[in-house]
Amino acid sequence: MAEESTITASARDTTGSRGSRLLGVATLVGLAVLGVLAFVLTDPDVRIHPSTGDEFGQFDAVRMLYVHVPLAVMTYLAYGLCAVASLGVLIRRTPWWDVTAHAAAEVGTVFCGLVLVTGSIWGRPVWNTWWEWGDVRLMTTLVLFLMFAGYLALRRTTGDPRTVSRRAAVVALIAVLDLPLVNRSVEWWENRTLHQQSTLGELKIEDLTLFTLMLGFLVLGMVLAWLLLHRFRVGWLERAALDHSVAAAIAERRGETPDEELRRAVGDSPESSDRDSDPEAGRP
Amino acid sequence: MTHVGYLIAGWGITMGTLAFYAVRLVRRGRELSGRVPDAHRRWLEDQGSDDA
Repeated sequence: MAEESTITASARDTTGSRGSRLLGVATLVGLAVLGVLAFVLTDPDVRIHPSTGDEFGQFDAVRMLYVHVPLAVMTYLAYGLCAVASLGVLIRRTPWWDVTAHAAAEVGTVFCGLVLVTGSIWGRPVWNTWWEWGDVRLMTTLVLFLMFAGYLALRRTTGDPRTVSRRAAVVALIAVLDLPLVNRSVEWWENRTLHQQSTLGELKIEDLTLFTLMLGFLVLGMVLAWLLLHRFRVGWLERAALDHSVAAAIAERRGETPDEELRRAVGDSPESSDRDSDPEAGRP
Repeated sequence: MTHVGYLIAGWGITMGTLAFYAVRLVRRGRELSGRVPDAHRRWLEDQGSDDA
């Protein structure tokens, strides 16, 4: 009866909570404001060459960076969280860490894929190429994406769930070693990348452009938090649904099968249980 | 405005993908929520009523 009321209570069939709904609304408002700032209020990147007087720069393609750069930073955060949670899986071995690691890896991979796509679309008008195989940052980012795609594939394999989660945790900890390479590649291999060095560290951008980029970090961070929250809850429910269905199957089986037959099937006949409970039984 | 096509593609793919993924998560959550008792959904503030 309680189960029936759970199933019919569609209003309660959700992974949302008051907090996540507030976060969702704030995120949508933030995205709208970011769009207005990125497309209407900020100026294109147009500079004048000091000697020739020609215009150069990224022009309106710079507006792509208000999502591309925050997406990249959120990818770092998500994969960093996955690494911490994977350590938790190996040390604490609790479902909470496992579900967190899986959620962070999946959301991080969505973000990482978008980083590659938006970077490629931005690169076509600015660098005159969709992709550059010799660019260290592009390649290390692609390797990062592929390694976590492998992680997600590993999570889908059948087998003992505890073994799968431990193996996945090891893969995540190896994959995350690529993160510092991605981040520092423009400095360590500055002659082998089309990417410029960080413009944020030395604050080479300013005013509304800087503000819009910072808002991009905040809003994409809220998107990341909302997705992580819901992906965690979905993962938690997947485990609970599995446990619940197993328990229901056992209960159903118990209901269908006479007690005596069930005991015989599991080698627990009334005679043997009497014998087990009697310490003197079976003695010569 | 220059590079309009690139901007529409970049922003459109980003927002479209995030929206698609979010909707997919919400739907999957709803489907799974109906299959497990409330006790397993610890994020529900009010475990006893239907307006949570």
